[in-house]
Amino acid sequence: MQEIVQYLFSGITTGAVYAVIAVGLSMLYSSTELINFAHGEFVMIGALAMVTLWVRIGLPLPLAVAGAVAAGCMLGLVFERLAIRTARNPQPITLIIITVGASIFLKGAAMIVWGKDPFSMPSFSSHESIEIFGAALLPQSIWIVTAALVLAGGIHLFLKQTLTGKAMVACAVNKKAAWLSGIPSEKMGILAFGISAGCGAVAGIFIAPITMSSYDMGTILGIKGFCAAMIGGLGSLWGAFAGGLLLGILESLGAGLISSALKDAIAFVLLLLILYIRPGGLFAAKEAKRF
Amino acid sequence: MMTDKNKTIWIEYLVFLCVVSAFGLITENTYYLQIMTFIGINTLLALGLNMLMGYTGQVSLGHAAFYGIGAYTTAILSGTYAINPWLALVCAVAAAVLIAFIVGLPTLRLSGYYLAMGTLGFGMIVNIVIREWGDVTGGASGFVGIPVLEAGSLVFMSGASYYFLVWGIVFAAIIICRRLLASRTGRALRAIHDGENAAVAIGINTHALKLEIFMFSAALGAVAGFLYAHFVLFISPESFGFMFSIKIVTMVVIGGMASVWGALLGAAVLTLLPEVLHGFAEYEMIVFGTVLMVVMIFMPQGLTRGIMDIIRTARRARA
Amino acid sequence: MTLLQPTPGSRPQHILEVQDLTKMFGGVKAQDHINFSIEKGIVCGLIGPNGAGKTTLFNMITGIYRPDTGKVVFNGKDIRKTPVHRLVKAGVARTFQHVELFSSMTLLENIMVGMHVRTKAGFWAAVTRIPAMKREERQSRQKAEELLEFTGLAEDAHKMAGDLPAGRQKTAQIARALASNPLLLLLDEPAAGLNPVETHALGQLIRKIKQSGITMMLVEHDMSLVMEMSDKVVVLDQGKKLAQGTPRQIQSNEAVMSAYLGNG
Ligand SMILES: Nc1ncnc2c1ncn2[C@@H]1O[C@H](COP(=O)(O)OP(=O)(O)O)[C@@H](O)[C@H]1O
Ligand SMILES: [Mg+2]
Repeated sequence: MQEIVQYLFSGITTGAVYAVIAVGLSMLYSSTELINFAHGEFVMIGALAMVTLWVRIGLPLPLAVAGAVAAGCMLGLVFERLAIRTARNPQPITLIIITVGASIFLKGAAMIVWGKDPFSMPSFSSHESIEIFGAALLPQSIWIVTAALVLAGGIHLFLKQTLTGKAMVACAVNKKAAWLSGIPSEKMGILAFGISAGCGAVAGIFIAPITMSSYDMGTILGIKGFCAAMIGGLGSLWGAFAGGLLLGILESLGAGLISSALKDAIAFVLLLLILYIRPGGLFAAKEAKRF
Repeated sequence: MMTDKNKTIWIEYLVFLCVVSAFGLITENTYYLQIMTFIGINTLLALGLNMLMGYTGQVSLGHAAFYGIGAYTTAILSGTYAINPWLALVCAVAAAVLIAFIVGLPTLRLSGYYLAMGTLGFGMIVNIVIREWGDVTGGASGFVGIPVLEAGSLVFMSGASYYFLVWGIVFAAIIICRRLLASRTGRALRAIHDGENAAVAIGINTHALKLEIFMFSAALGAVAGFLYAHFVLFISPESFGFMFSIKIVTMVVIGGMASVWGALLGAAVLTLLPEVLHGFAEYEMIVFGTVLMVVMIFMPQGLTRGIMDIIRTARRARA
Repeated sequence: MTLLQPTPGSRPQHILEVQDLTKMFGGVKAQDHINFSIEKGIVCGLIGPNGAGKTTLFNMITGIYRPDTGKVVFNGKDIRKTPVHRLVKAGVARTFQHVELFSSMTLLENIMVGMHVRTKAGFWAAVTRIPAMKREERQSRQKAEELLEFTGLAEDAHKMAGDLPAGRQKTAQIARALASNPLLLLLDEPAAGLNPVETHALGQLIRKIKQSGITMMLVEHDMSLVMEMSDKVVVLDQGKKLAQGTPRQIQSNEAVMSAYLGNG
């Protein structure tokens, strides 16, 4: 019992990180239909920027967080302008390879800036851990889960309540109709990129105190984020969030109860099962294919 | 009776054979021969994936899995169990084809990004199994003790002999792909690429055909894995991971989709580039990433088409 | 003529029977208890306003959609569970409302791929190029050329299908459907987007196809074409069968007229 609760706690914590990564991917997909294979690199940038700003330079925590997120957003915007916007023939497969190229580029740049050695980072708060059912709940975990919920809630409100957010949803539903009604879909695309990259950086900030951060940490996190987004239903915000949590919990339980060697396989087995049984994702309504 | 098209094909084959043999006979430098051998092995991978992706329109982000299955099957059978490597080759291809069948059955019902993610997941799982099944595969530290290939008195060691073995197989694979494409099956594959709904409606069993070509590309991948394993004699899981799957996709796209020679060109570029970039030391990844992005941004149809377009505009400008 | 010779083995007098067919899409009843049957060798017009369910009906006859209730009997066999490729082999062919040629292939190749169900060469035959495969390939090519001749497209044989003008693409779709030697040919709005000259040629072509013994269903908004070509007309509106009869009966049917006027 105690063990299982402990696994749940750590699962929810990593799950919240996956959730934030997945939310970023999913929101980018829903407004631009693009799958960004460089997304994981924004997570890496967020984590490493955090290490530099908070640990090395010693900025106050809020400033360091703001700086790391800004770094992620800026890189996202630059990437969109330079590589995505300029693509002459935006076929999905060419765009995929462009994002793969960007991913390799960012990894290489990070290696030069931060070197090859991994960094660790202390947790944000030094409070005692809380004991529930004999399992230790770290304050760090509460932090992360709360912040993830606030972030997703914020994006939800932005999309549902603000004019810009609604315009973005309109673009996602029908680009041409949105354009006809005067919504600048190009601006919406770049905005989505900025927010998405920002989400990635936030996830990096969360994960920095949990694991070691290094220039090559991004790829696998990005892929796990896809898995989470697919599990929840590509393009659905809360689906991606739930998919992330579910993935984190199952990984933690699987690693603890079955075998830690297979921890990484869980995400992919789950992904395949979902694709085979409910390709639209756990939370998508089933819809007939148009012929 | 020989049509024009037939004639150009034979000329292409002749040029190919001349260039390949000339290089193999003249070059003494083992490093160059080694690089060329790797280009040949990668060409097999790109050819197989091109059949699936370029011609049939089905993206796979897990092609390295079949490469790995081929390499590890032959390594385990011929290394651990001392089975004749050529028999191991048959087993490796059979294993890859069987796994392709089992995995393809549900996966190839997916399309677009869902198919991409499904094949990605499969590739990751295979890689994790290779890495974690240490007793059999040697785990993360790799597999040592793969025997050298022999046929009668001929020993295929690095150098010209292996070079000719690999390129001989590449030549055979090119002919097979060409023949397949020029047949009823090839037309049906291209029909699926152009419009799956219409392909279904004219009576093509699209799922069965996709499965068939998936198995074929897996077989080519396994042959490549076999050649790789007996060439380098030591294999480890990283060589067959997600990044390598992406690299094969990149070979196909950079070379030019739906083009047999494009696969060769893409394999050559993607094999040579890292070698050339060694000179850039730590800037290697930055340059590699930039090249990928720039080529895709300015030549989305791949180098084959892109270069032809450039030549055409140059000619027009001069005229 | 031998070119279009339908597959032998047809027994019953009705080539197609549609019985009590219903199909729902979400809340939309695309087919609502449809009943009718088609005699061998006739042209049956299928008309109705946009959204009436004509294309959906075609999709069910060709096995692409499965009915919620009711059944489709083709050539004496219930085809509810038959996969699409078997149905094509059994003799059902169709064209699409929105042209779907294979645009990266030449017109000739498009027709040849239309013979898929009538040819056999598989993977090994292609790789080894056995004589039977070469012979089949030669015959397919020849038959495709004849079909292009028959449909008046011969001079475009080696052009890319995607580069042809829209009218020729429409005809090419018919040629491709004929390549599978169908017993029943379903034409979905073949005249949409054609100019009067092309429409006239289409009428001639439909006549020639009919003469070769192929049964046809014709969805069309061009009333004069439908009334001229059809032996029998079925009218759909909002998923329901509104009327059925000879062209003359339909033209004087008040329910039909009001459905059309009511929908503009
Ligand atoms: N795959 C589908 N999913 C949902 N609704 C559909 C689908 N196919 C057709 N419909 C609906 O069924 C109705 C009939 O459409 P259709 O058969 O295309 O009409 P027609 O060809 O007579 O113009 C329409 O309301 C259409 O929106
Ligand atoms: Mg219609």
